[in-house]
Amino acid sequence: MLTVQNASLSFGGIRALVDLSFTAKQGEITSVIGPNGAGKTSLFNVISGFYQPQQGAVLFEGKDITHIRPDQRAKLGISRTFQNIALFRGMTVLDNIKLGGHNKLSSGLFASGWFYGAAQREEVAFRAEIERDVIDFLELDHIRKAPVAALPYGLQKRVELARALAMKPKLLMLDEPVAGMNREETEDIARFILDIQEQWGTTILLVEHDMGMVMDISDQVVVLNFGRQIAAGTPHEVQQNPAVIEAYLGSNEAGAA
Amino acid sequence: MITGHYKTAYAADESIWNNWAKKSGLVIALIGLFAFPLFANNYLLLIAGQILIYMIAVTGVNVLVGYTGLMSLGHGAFFAVGAYTAVIAHNAVENLFPLITLALSAGVAALFGLLFGLPSLRVKGLYLAVATLSANFIILFLIRQDWAAPWTGGRQGIETPNAVIFGWELASNTAKYYLIAPVFVVFVLFAQNLFRTRFGRALIAIRDNDHSAEILGISLYAYKLKSFAISAAYCGAAGALWSYFFPAILPEDFSLNMSITLVVCLIAGGMGRTLGPLFGTLLILLIPEILKIISGVFTGGDGNALIHFSSIRDIVFGLLIILFLIFEPMGLVSIWDRFWRFVARWPFSK
Repeated sequence: MLTVQNASLSFGGIRALVDLSFTAKQGEITSVIGPNGAGKTSLFNVISGFYQPQQGAVLFEGKDITHIRPDQRAKLGISRTFQNIALFRGMTVLDNIKLGGHNKLSSGLFASGWFYGAAQREEVAFRAEIERDVIDFLELDHIRKAPVAALPYGLQKRVELARALAMKPKLLMLDEPVAGMNREETEDIARFILDIQEQWGTTILLVEHDMGMVMDISDQVVVLNFGRQIAAGTPHEVQQNPAVIEAYLGSNEAGAA
Repeated sequence: MITGHYKTAYAADESIWNNWAKKSGLVIALIGLFAFPLFANNYLLLIAGQILIYMIAVTGVNVLVGYTGLMSLGHGAFFAVGAYTAVIAHNAVENLFPLITLALSAGVAALFGLLFGLPSLRVKGLYLAVATLSANFIILFLIRQDWAAPWTGGRQGIETPNAVIFGWELASNTAKYYLIAPVFVVFVLFAQNLFRTRFGRALIAIRDNDHSAEILGISLYAYKLKSFAISAAYCGAAGALWSYFFPAILPEDFSLNMSITLVVCLIAGGMGRTLGPLFGTLLILLIPEILKIISGVFTGGDGNALIHFSSIRDIVFGLLIILFLIFEPMGLVSIWDRFWRFVARWPFSK
């Protein structure tokens, strides 16, 4: 589905990613974990197209997408959320979610300006679709007309997820979807992610610090440290891996001494 | 209280004239617009025509500056392109049908908009404002050249044609007003519709958060350039109407002063709103006229005193704009919004 091959990225002398390779399998949840500064968000930016890796390639469904623009990658079916909420703050929840469907709609300039006829039919049909598949699904009915700037943090995160989902993506990338949430909100989001995987068959790539959630819902976990991949496998395998334990807790020798 | 718009279908929820107050407001505004010449004298019609033309141009500037968030100080030049295109087209083909002239002027202005919009792909904000400033100087420089004089009239300016519809020449201010008014309605409604559908939403998305817009599949290159083209086309169409409305045009009519006035109208009215350009233009173009009347009353028509008053008029105008921006930074539409919020909740509002 998505393969990162030997990707290396550096900013001046800082090596953000070093010879990184992994594959996210179709329909699975792949989590990327690692201490702060390990290169997780850089990896997301390479996959979504904001950064170009100096070496290596990104393959999506067998196609090399290393050198195409972010908006072209979106058209192929890659969608993401941001670590710091990046909603359109002036708009309502509904308009934010509608923007997710930009590529699914086709009204041009003059059809839009005239509105009545094709553009209206398309808008109304799309509205019905997102109401059913996204707003109902993520339980956002009560705030659909509210301006996003007025919403609490947890709901803003959920609106961002909704916007990404309105694209009906093949690959959904979530950058810390539960950061700063309480246990109940975290459980809600985890449930939504599992539902998305199950009902839509979406491949999910997840960056998260909440280990409980990562270990519970992931099919595969990739561990980064200082831009290098130090382990990969099922949650159980990764938890037993000495390199991972060292990265998170420090080495045994240091502890003994 | 304005209540009772209960909706049972998404189509109704997406509609913009969704309650009786808005519907009747629209009808009254349209009747007022088209009945105005019945009560107005020639002088009022001259001002009204000018204001409507400006409103079209400011609506165009709103597309770019208000909705897409890209600054431009070059739209006076696109206005000039539209006006001169209309004159040149009429000199080539006599009695060209006005709608064809409008389309032509809008199209040529859009091409110039694309060209001068290219810097927007690299720079934003003040830098873009400076880059677009060049449009004024380059385009007016070309119009003034002697080699261009056979078409543009050069420095001396050029006489403009009257619109002719099926052999009927629109020579009086009333006739011209009835050409401008429907065009104005169409252009404003077009902008209104644009920003509740896919295309316009994409532009607003670029203004609010360009990274997110790109991630959702909106090509920044394509949409920024399209936004420049659309707003230049609005100014071009306004320019064509301008050349129909006035007997002659000079390059100086479209100087930097006009580019700045267009942006000032937008800021005074409120950016990123349909009604903003309309309110702002009314305010900015009417204040000097009102000040003229007031100074006439004070001086009793004495010529010498009027000369002194004319400089005071400019000071008062400037002062009013500054005070206005301090107390209503979001423009006149925010007063309008407050008023309707009050009415909608009355008698429970305070």
